[in-house]
Amino acid sequence: MRRPLQYLALLGYLFFLAFPLVWLLSTALKTPREMASLDPSWIPRDPVLGNFADAFAEQDLVGAALRSLGVAVATSALAVLLALPAAYALARHRTVLNRFAIGWVLVSQVFPFILIIIPLFMVLRRLELVNTLPGLAIVHVTFVLPFALWMLQGYVRAIPRELEEAAAVDGAGRLRSLAAVVAPLLAPGVVATALFAFISSWNEFLFALVVLKDPDIATLPLTLVKFTGAEGVARLGPLAAASLLATIPSLAFFAIIQRRLRSGLMAGAVKG
Amino acid sequence: MTAGTRRRAAAPPGRPRRPSRPRATRGTARETLLLMLPALVPVLVFSVGPLLYGIYLAFTDARSGRNAETSFVGLANFGDLLADGDFWSSFRIGMVWAISVTVLQFAASLGLALLLNENLRLRGFARVLALVPWAMPPVVIGLMWRLVYHPDAGVLNDMLLGLGLIGDGVDWLNDFSVALPAVIVVGVWTGMPQTTVVLLAGLQSVPRELYEAGHVDGAGTWRRFWNITLPQLRPVVVTITSLDFVWNINQFGLVYVLTQGGPGGRTRLPMLFAYEEAFRYGFFGYAATLGVAIVIVVLAVLGVYLWRQMREAD
Repeated sequence: MRRPLQYLALLGYLFFLAFPLVWLLSTALKTPREMASLDPSWIPRDPVLGNFADAFAEQDLVGAALRSLGVAVATSALAVLLALPAAYALARHRTVLNRFAIGWVLVSQVFPFILIIIPLFMVLRRLELVNTLPGLAIVHVTFVLPFALWMLQGYVRAIPRELEEAAAVDGAGRLRSLAAVVAPLLAPGVVATALFAFISSWNEFLFALVVLKDPDIATLPLTLVKFTGAEGVARLGPLAAASLLATIPSLAFFAIIQRRLRSGLMAGAVKG
Repeated sequence: MTAGTRRRAAAPPGRPRRPSRPRATRGTARETLLLMLPALVPVLVFSVGPLLYGIYLAFTDARSGRNAETSFVGLANFGDLLADGDFWSSFRIGMVWAISVTVLQFAASLGLALLLNENLRLRGFARVLALVPWAMPPVVIGLMWRLVYHPDAGVLNDMLLGLGLIGDGVDWLNDFSVALPAVIVVGVWTGMPQTTVVLLAGLQSVPRELYEAGHVDGAGTWRRFWNITLPQLRPVVVTITSLDFVWNINQFGLVYVLTQGGPGGRTRLPMLFAYEEAFRYGFFGYAATLGVAIVIVVLAVLGVYLWRQMREAD
């Protein structure tokens, strides 16, 4: 009696989670004519890929994607470079700064964005960085930095200090032991952190909305939202297609993370 | 767990060495500061500084103009805020939104986590599917649900009409009475993955022996759930519901894409209200006041909630 009910509940959940996704995919594959027929069906009558081509043609989607890519790459590179030394220091030496770092990660969760974005906007305006992509990248870096720092110091902490000490005993200098022992073990963590920063920046909407006023330099999320402005039913297909394309990086990221979580990377090094 | 024990085990041999090299400590402190500097400077200049300045702005009449003069006005903004009907309606909507999304999210996620913790078929598939909303950009989630809710081409009206549950198509996001509930459903859908993952991890860390003991004592499924699972899960539940509440009350992008606060302000969450005040009308000071007010409310709600939870736990 219990099992069937459990399966019924699970199917209910699966339906709730999946149906918007299926609908997005279905809309992306429908012809404008079918969209306009006002008789929606789950499975497109004759599925086409034309919406994807239309999406690229109608809006400056490629340009927006390239701009998003640039900002996201700059954000992830800068965030990792700035956070790496600090993460090492946090993980290896206990100081007051540890408390400050944890405190800041928490505080940055509680405070509403509006309290940061207005003064930040004024700072950027003074630096002549409003309406520029570097300005947006700076905002994204500061906004991912606390969490990137947090992730990285966790990865450093997972590398046993004994390994470094053993390298020192073997006569390796400080830099050599960092390069030869720590760096290879830390590489996966650095990649994960960089990907996290990349995805946060790629998906980010609010700061982009405030910083980038000029439609010619809009990032991908801004461009997608512009689509909804002209709400002809026939244009919903390209909108769905573009949304799907914009989701690919995040989905890839989660697929990678999932595998990494399962493989238990550090197991070999820690078990001695 | 293992890392923690290892750390403690590794600490003693390191300690006796220190007193013999007193210089190393000072060197370490300087080294730490030096290593922290690259991260510390941008955080101070672009986050901590602006945050403090933002709080200060709440007590000024700052406007958006580049050369607008700013003067200190004390608590005048707070007075205006308390007398502002638009603020109160936005605040009420924000509380309805944040509390219902948090509660529904928790209930739905707990159910899903309990199911995923059972040995059911489809479990692997369900686990992957449950993560997907997390992996989607908020803007895309908003656009996707606009397609679902679309009055003509949307699938929701089609399904409900097909089942005979509604007589006419509903314009979900533009109807004064259903817009907020419709947006709340999207909020629940969006936030379920995080909550489910955290609760599932919590469930898996409940010691098996407790259930075995409960079984021996003849406790049924419900009793075991109430007397073992829930008390064991309490710290996790308190943490994730607090975080969910904070995230929900500060929500912006999702609802901005769905409704832009409409129809007639029926879904204008406090952050949308603040965004409009600041970047449409240029009232920087007033918008900052709104931000400070929300922080005060959040801290008060969390304070009462955490205090009660802690008292009950004793």
